[in-house]
Amino acid sequence: MKKLLSGNEAVARGAYEAGVKLAAAYPGTPSTEILENIAAHYPSLYAEWSPNEKVAFEVGIGASLGGGRTLVTMKHVGVNVAADPLMTFAYTGVNAGFVFVSADDPSMHSSQNEQDNRYYAKFAQIPFLEPSDSQESKEMVLQSLEISEKFDSPVMLRMTTRISHSKGIVDMADPVKLDEQKQFDRDLAKYVMLPGHARARHHAVLERTTALAEYVENSPLNSVEEYGTDVGIITGGIAYQYVKDVVPETDVFKIGIGFPLPLKKIKAFVESHKQVIIVEELEPYYEEIIRAAGMISVEGKKYFGREGELSPYRVAVGLKEAGVVDEVPEITFKEAELFPRPPILCPGCPHRGLFTVLKKQKLTVTGDIGCYTLGTLEPLAALHTCICMGASIGNAIGMEKVNGSEKGIVAVLGDSTFLHSGLSGLMDAVYNQSNITVIIADNRITAMTGGQQHPGTGYTLMGKKTKSVDFVELCKALGVESIRTLDPLNYEETMKIVKEEVERPGPSVIITTQPCVLMPKRIMDMPYEVILDECNGCSACFRIGCPAILPSKELTEKKRPKAEIDPALCTGCTLCAQVCKPEAIVLKQAAEMVK
Amino acid sequence: MDNSIKNILIAGVGGQGVLLASELLSEVAIISGLDVKKSEVHGMSQRGGVVTSHVRIGRKVYSPIIPYGRADIILSFEQAEGLGALDWLAPEGKIIVSSTILVPPSANLGKLKYPDDPIAEIKKKTDNVIAVDADRMARDLGNIRLVNTILLAVGSPFIGFERSVWEEAIKKLVKPQYVDINLTAFAQGCELANSKAGV
Repeated sequence: MKKLLSGNEAVARGAYEAGVKLAAAYPGTPSTEILENIAAHYPSLYAEWSPNEKVAFEVGIGASLGGGRTLVTMKHVGVNVAADPLMTFAYTGVNAGFVFVSADDPSMHSSQNEQDNRYYAKFAQIPFLEPSDSQESKEMVLQSLEISEKFDSPVMLRMTTRISHSKGIVDMADPVKLDEQKQFDRDLAKYVMLPGHARARHHAVLERTTALAEYVENSPLNSVEEYGTDVGIITGGIAYQYVKDVVPETDVFKIGIGFPLPLKKIKAFVESHKQVIIVEELEPYYEEIIRAAGMISVEGKKYFGREGELSPYRVAVGLKEAGVVDEVPEITFKEAELFPRPPILCPGCPHRGLFTVLKKQKLTVTGDIGCYTLGTLEPLAALHTCICMGASIGNAIGMEKVNGSEKGIVAVLGDSTFLHSGLSGLMDAVYNQSNITVIIADNRITAMTGGQQHPGTGYTLMGKKTKSVDFVELCKALGVESIRTLDPLNYEETMKIVKEEVERPGPSVIITTQPCVLMPKRIMDMPYEVILDECNGCSACFRIGCPAILPSKELTEKKRPKAEIDPALCTGCTLCAQVCKPEAIVLKQAAEMVK
Repeated sequence: MDNSIKNILIAGVGGQGVLLASELLSEVAIISGLDVKKSEVHGMSQRGGVVTSHVRIGRKVYSPIIPYGRADIILSFEQAEGLGALDWLAPEGKIIVSSTILVPPSANLGKLKYPDDPIAEIKKKTDNVIAVDADRMARDLGNIRLVNTILLAVGSPFIGFERSVWEEAIKKLVKPQYVDINLTAFAQGCELANSKAGV
């Protein structure tokens, strides 16, 4: 059977076909849909959202040691969080096969950096496989697990946004038949990384890399397509598809296993071509290794750059510069002035109320990763740092320690982010008595990634009802003395409580109580309307940045546009009505009665 | 040049049903036994940002994204997005654009300006424009989200495939309660396409 699947859907299918027993992850674009698809379509697998990538990875290690094939998924920066267990699991090796997905995000469609995680495999001395389409994404799950078991190593499956989110036709297969479930083997020298044991394991790791280096020379995952051209191209991942699009009949060395590289096979390819070009996205990873192995004539990054995604166009331009193709197809209708359309908080989003207040009070706001990061964009522009998951609290503490808290320093992070890695920051704020206010924007969902459950929501990934974290009790247990809750869509209340807490000495916590307007349920209350005769064009409602509020064609005497509200978009959150001094914004029904 | 590949670019704004439209188009290709790849970026773009979906259909498709200047057809669900997507249009390509206007809130404070008449701007650059008042048609049908199906229908004669295949795809992918209204929208779009083709 054939189906149109995204790379992520294909990995989920691959896990099912490969006999994976456990899958764990923390959501992160572009990896999120893998676990969602496993939970939705393959309920025979155990799948969980863990509180963060480190825990997910450790759960995965336990599953592998316990004898079940394991998949752990994360976005590229998630691997930073999981790097601690990764680096040592590379020493112990596996029991049942273990594969983790690193979904990189070249061009940073939804990320804070575009680090190239291929280096992690080399760093940890573990193999990585890299698919170039959905079919390979599926097949490489099983292939990774087989390599993992054969060489006693965790394996990285390196995806990128274009692979994860592009769809292609995939051939379905039946699940493999596995031997009986393996059991945990109490091999202390292998699994207890005391220094004495670890020294022996490090040696084992280096021997493994040598054995892998032999293996990859003959693996069909590294393949050569020959057309008898003088030019040869070395490529892998999505870049392979772009190369095939631009020069379909040029000799290609396609890399499927990126660590270790099959250097003998590559050398033979290099020596049999007059010119060899490496086409790879982001860093010169292949190029550095190949040149370091003595093949100094190969060229790559000088034609393609290290920033952002490649595309058929960029590959064509690079190959032209390298003299491989004669011309690049022209862009006929060059549209220089692209109309920008930045992402925005949804109509009715509770974060809008919070940021309206933070802006009004001119507070310094250290931010974090989530929908609320959009509070940094115009017209709100009320969030001033964003580094990584959970960073807001530590950033605020450090800033307060060097600058003092007179201006008011507030850390804003979401519920899921707080549970991911904000807890230890808050502990520090209490322990070292920092004069900051931590605002947990609790919308009861992991929103930015599309609405996933977490330990505070009361439901699991597999849809089971479960315990939920009580944020107030949790903060109390950490030693926070002032913990306030507020409705962020109540402007007066939010103004008052934020002011009180910022002025209070010592660390304090504010927890907002409005759920996400989209998930799990779409909130649609009765829409509001602007009474145009009452509107004085002050633009206070425009400054909250709501997509439902538009400039009216009607102007004031001073030629300023009055406001109007799109009733199809308005959720009735009332925030605009609360900031409207002339009280021109009223319930649409009421406005119609007046008419 | 891979002339055997049909490139269709669908442009719109988060929430307009760009993804469903590209799914339908891909399904039509699969039913017809062809290779298809499609690509779009999820994530921040769904928060009211631009959503662009690339669909490529042929015997063997490599890149999931369309090279600049090679889209045979652009379907734009919003006027300014149509203007912004012109980089992709092939010299002989056709652009079908909805009358829909969605002004982002950042434009309300005058920091950036929404173009006065995007469709007129597009027409200055190419004659191959079909402007469709899909916004009104969808509102008349009672659901503004039908702009996507209407535009697909207007584009369908240029994309190819039998009408019945399109209908089969709609029945397969659209939620059961919305199948009938989508079939009606598709029929209206086809009618409009026929009348435009006659001009």
